[in-house]
Amino acid sequence: MDAILQNFFNLAVYREVFTFLLRGLWTTVWLSLLVIPIGAASGLAIALVATQTRRRWLRFLLAAYVDFFRAFPPLVLLIFIYFGVPFLGIDLPKLLAVAIGFMLNNSSYYAEVFRAGIESVPGGQMEAARSTGLTRAQALRHVIVPQATRNVLPDLVGNSIEVVKLTTIASVVAIPELLRVARDAQSLVYNPSPIVLAALMYLALLWPLVRWLSRLEHRHIRPR
Amino acid sequence: MDWFDRLVFTFFNAEVAARYLPDILVGMGVTVVLGLCVVLTGLLLGLALAVLRTVQRPWLTLPIVAFADILRALPPLVVIILLFFAFPYIQLSMSSFTATWIALSLVLAAYAEESIWAGLLALSRGQSEAARSTGLGWWPTLRWVLLPQALRIAVPALTNRVISITKNTALGSVVALNEVLNNAQSASSNAGNPTPLTMAAVAYLVIFLPVVLGARWLETRWRWKR
Repeated sequence: MDAILQNFFNLAVYREVFTFLLRGLWTTVWLSLLVIPIGAASGLAIALVATQTRRRWLRFLLAAYVDFFRAFPPLVLLIFIYFGVPFLGIDLPKLLAVAIGFMLNNSSYYAEVFRAGIESVPGGQMEAARSTGLTRAQALRHVIVPQATRNVLPDLVGNSIEVVKLTTIASVVAIPELLRVARDAQSLVYNPSPIVLAALMYLALLWPLVRWLSRLEHRHIRPR
Repeated sequence: MDWFDRLVFTFFNAEVAARYLPDILVGMGVTVVLGLCVVLTGLLLGLALAVLRTVQRPWLTLPIVAFADILRALPPLVVIILLFFAFPYIQLSMSSFTATWIALSLVLAAYAEESIWAGLLALSRGQSEAARSTGLGWWPTLRWVLLPQALRIAVPALTNRVISITKNTALGSVVALNEVLNNAQSASSNAGNPTPLTMAAVAYLVIFLPVVLGARWLETRWRWKR
């Protein structure tokens, strides 16, 4: 018990590293706020094209893109971009490498969610919107996408939580997000308490979102 | 065509590929075994927790909900690093394989419990009432009436989780587990050429594309017909 308190919940260490870790937490937050909108916007674009186009090759290409990145571990993608591309003589800042990796990976997940949402809106909605004189783009923008988004809101929230958790892999390319600074702190104080404190910070950040997600999901479940 | 030669030499170098192929194959073996272990223990634990939750006793439900919430809120990489780097300080050392296996199993169990529980909630009360009134006990009702339906409802959610969590076996490379990514990274720094990383990318596609396509198939095959 004493060993656990000493090594996991060492208050002296907590006090020492708290502000340091808080800076890491802040990096995690703004990194998430950077990559979530990029991923969601490109995912929505892919889903719109995939559901609206009549060109079969384009639909096939987009389905292949989505499956490809669903099958590809994001960490492998990030390492491939970060360590592989510089061999071509291209200097890639690590933040850009992270942004590209996250965009490729997240857009495919968001695309799947938005596709399900768009397909859940009955076809009559588009027909009704068009017959009131809206163009196709206007109908999508004002009628279809709002309903689609509301229908898959739990999945969108869930996906975004996953993206926040995924920012931990940026630690591998030395972006000073929460996990990275916690590990640096651990090696400075020779005590794993900073990692436990980082875990507590992740919980403080994400537990409310996970609870909210559970409530959203359960509201969607209607006993038949 | 200079840039093309350079591209081939850098990412598709046959000589480097031949030299490091055995490493990649060993890594693939580790990745597949680890993935299967995680799926097995994770799904079984998740199912057991969902079944326990149907008992509806607060002293059982509360810890299960807390477990599911915490493991869904914590990034899997944090759990792996906690197990591998922090637990040795309290005399609980484990191999990188064990740490990754336990961490990912716990995460999968948390998600599986939630999905199966959601499937159970989606069933109408009449199902269990009818089953109980035919004389089935608590367990036979669950085993023969409720779970078969709930699992079908949970299949799309479960397959998605299985895919995303087995892909996380790549996180084992951070604790030096000798799976594909780790072997490819050390190979590419030994060779001074990123071709092993290309091989790792191909290896992951070989392992996981069938899983993704299989999941698609399973989802259509098991879709609840209404």
